[in-house]
Amino acid sequence: MLWYVLRRLLLAIPLLIGITFISFLVIHLAPGDPMDFQTGELSTDSSAQAKQMLRKQYGLDKPLPVQYWNWLTRLARLDFGRSFAPDGRPVLQKIAERLPITLLLNVIEMAIILIVAVPIGVFSATRQYSRFDKATTIFVFVGFATPDFWFALLLMMAFGTYLGWPISGLRDTNWEYLSFWRQQWDFLSHLFLPITVATFGGLAGFSRYMRQSMLEVVRQDYIQSARAKGLAERVVIGKHALRNAMLPIVTILGLSLPGLIGGSVIVESIFAIPGMGQLMVQSVFQRDYPVIMGNLVIVSTLTLIANLLADVAYGLVDPRIRLGGRRRA
Amino acid sequence: MKDFWATLSRNRLALAGGVVVVCLAALAILAPTLAPWDPNRPDVKKILASPSRAHLLGTDQLGRDVFSRMLYGSRVSLAVGFVSVGIAAAIGIVLGSLAGYNGGMVDAFVMRLVDLMLVFPRFFLLLAVLAFLTPSIWTIMAVIGLTGWMGVTRLVRAEFLSLKEREFVVWSQNVGATGFRVIWRHILPNALAPVLVAMTLGIPAAILTESGLSFLGIGVPPPHATWGNILNEGKETIEIGWWLSVYPGLAILVTVLSYNLLGEGIRDALDPRLRQTGGRFVPRSG
Repeated sequence: MLWYVLRRLLLAIPLLIGITFISFLVIHLAPGDPMDFQTGELSTDSSAQAKQMLRKQYGLDKPLPVQYWNWLTRLARLDFGRSFAPDGRPVLQKIAERLPITLLLNVIEMAIILIVAVPIGVFSATRQYSRFDKATTIFVFVGFATPDFWFALLLMMAFGTYLGWPISGLRDTNWEYLSFWRQQWDFLSHLFLPITVATFGGLAGFSRYMRQSMLEVVRQDYIQSARAKGLAERVVIGKHALRNAMLPIVTILGLSLPGLIGGSVIVESIFAIPGMGQLMVQSVFQRDYPVIMGNLVIVSTLTLIANLLADVAYGLVDPRIRLGGRRRA
Repeated sequence: MKDFWATLSRNRLALAGGVVVVCLAALAILAPTLAPWDPNRPDVKKILASPSRAHLLGTDQLGRDVFSRMLYGSRVSLAVGFVSVGIAAAIGIVLGSLAGYNGGMVDAFVMRLVDLMLVFPRFFLLLAVLAFLTPSIWTIMAVIGLTGWMGVTRLVRAEFLSLKEREFVVWSQNVGATGFRVIWRHILPNALAPVLVAMTLGIPAAILTESGLSFLGIGVPPPHATWGNILNEGKETIEIGWWLSVYPGLAILVTVLSYNLLGEGIRDALDPRLRQTGGRFVPRSG
């Protein structure tokens, strides 16, 4: 097992370097002189200032390899520079205060997706072509095709405009004056709509996958023999089949992480949740390049770590993977 | 091929999807003749008019006709979908063939590159790239294409790995065909079926991505009417003009749904084997 984890870690190193390299390339995307970037709605005055700051922070007058090396060494010290926004705070600090919110949202999202999608998948697989199965198939197709931002708008219309639910931020304006339990309730009610939107698409995908995986497992011989030795159907499905059908789901969960995290960009900016996604959109509008780059590097590094954890979890639950990995190495 | 059409025509959902896809293309092409109003002409007397006979889907906050804007928006959506998927497929085919045919170091390098690109949450990468570029419809197409080729690369590589061991390939290599010729004439034509499916399913994904970016206000710049732009403007007046928020979203939903149904239908008809493994998971708009 230790070998397996070490191998995974070694494989992650080139990816980590790759993340920094791609992010570095992004800075040099602008055609011609990297400094001739589009400054959008900024005045020419402030854009000249921004250029100056960018030139200084990234040393853009030096040769490319030197620039990359300098940038790397600063990243290694977790120095992402300072924001171009008027507050001029360190990028790391700005991201650090938003990271927990995005993480919390994504963890809740994943938990809900798993808790809801697994039973749906199992039921539609064990009752294939039943009314329930057909209904979930329709849900899956519609779920895939619904733009999450539109779904969010509809929910805001239904819950916000007509029912008066909170539709922006994470706390009510008079939050400080509420009792402890009211505060928790307030927080939860603010989370309800964003979480609903964020889980909707993933739910469709995962219930589909669970169904597929279950259908394959149920056909296996060991399920036949479990039935043949007289086990209750509940035990056959709930224990023998479910465990094996869950294995691919762990991998898919790892693979779909970037998608889930990327989705927080839209959800956070619609519902005005102060997380990393909202920060990203704001900094794109403000052309706050240090924050954009810092965000990109940190988000993708976190995804890499999460993928790594998913790999390790997979190795833990499925001995074939870790043993197979060692033999191949 | 006969089997293919027979299977596909038995799949009623896929057929319905195909019909809608064709209709949408026709609407987009005929937009200038079909649109009752100039999509960009403001009318101060009709600001936020609710749907009526003159304005089927109402007007927006500048008094522009939403129906006409949506017709023109369908052109943008479809164009972005097709071009960006074309770019992604071209990159994917080249890299996938190189990796699958050559194996070894080339393969290892390409697959690492795929892994690397998959680590970036797509929306974060798109936003970062777009922040440095001049916004235009072409940038959007290019950027969506350049960040979406990983799936096709993997597919093509997998096809190449199995096809290059087959007799007809080994034979043509033995009689002295160049690597390029073997790839181009012998392997690639046999590897294209899954690519076609991936492309059909990639178009709706690209449309979702484009509309998401436009909705955030970072996509196709105004005054181009796109479904995402209309929704972006609609969210400001959501309490008054529900039609601005409902119809463009519905258009996206129907378009994406039809392409998905058609794509899955084609996949099942091309190769029933794919149905087993091919539950797909396109991380949505991520």
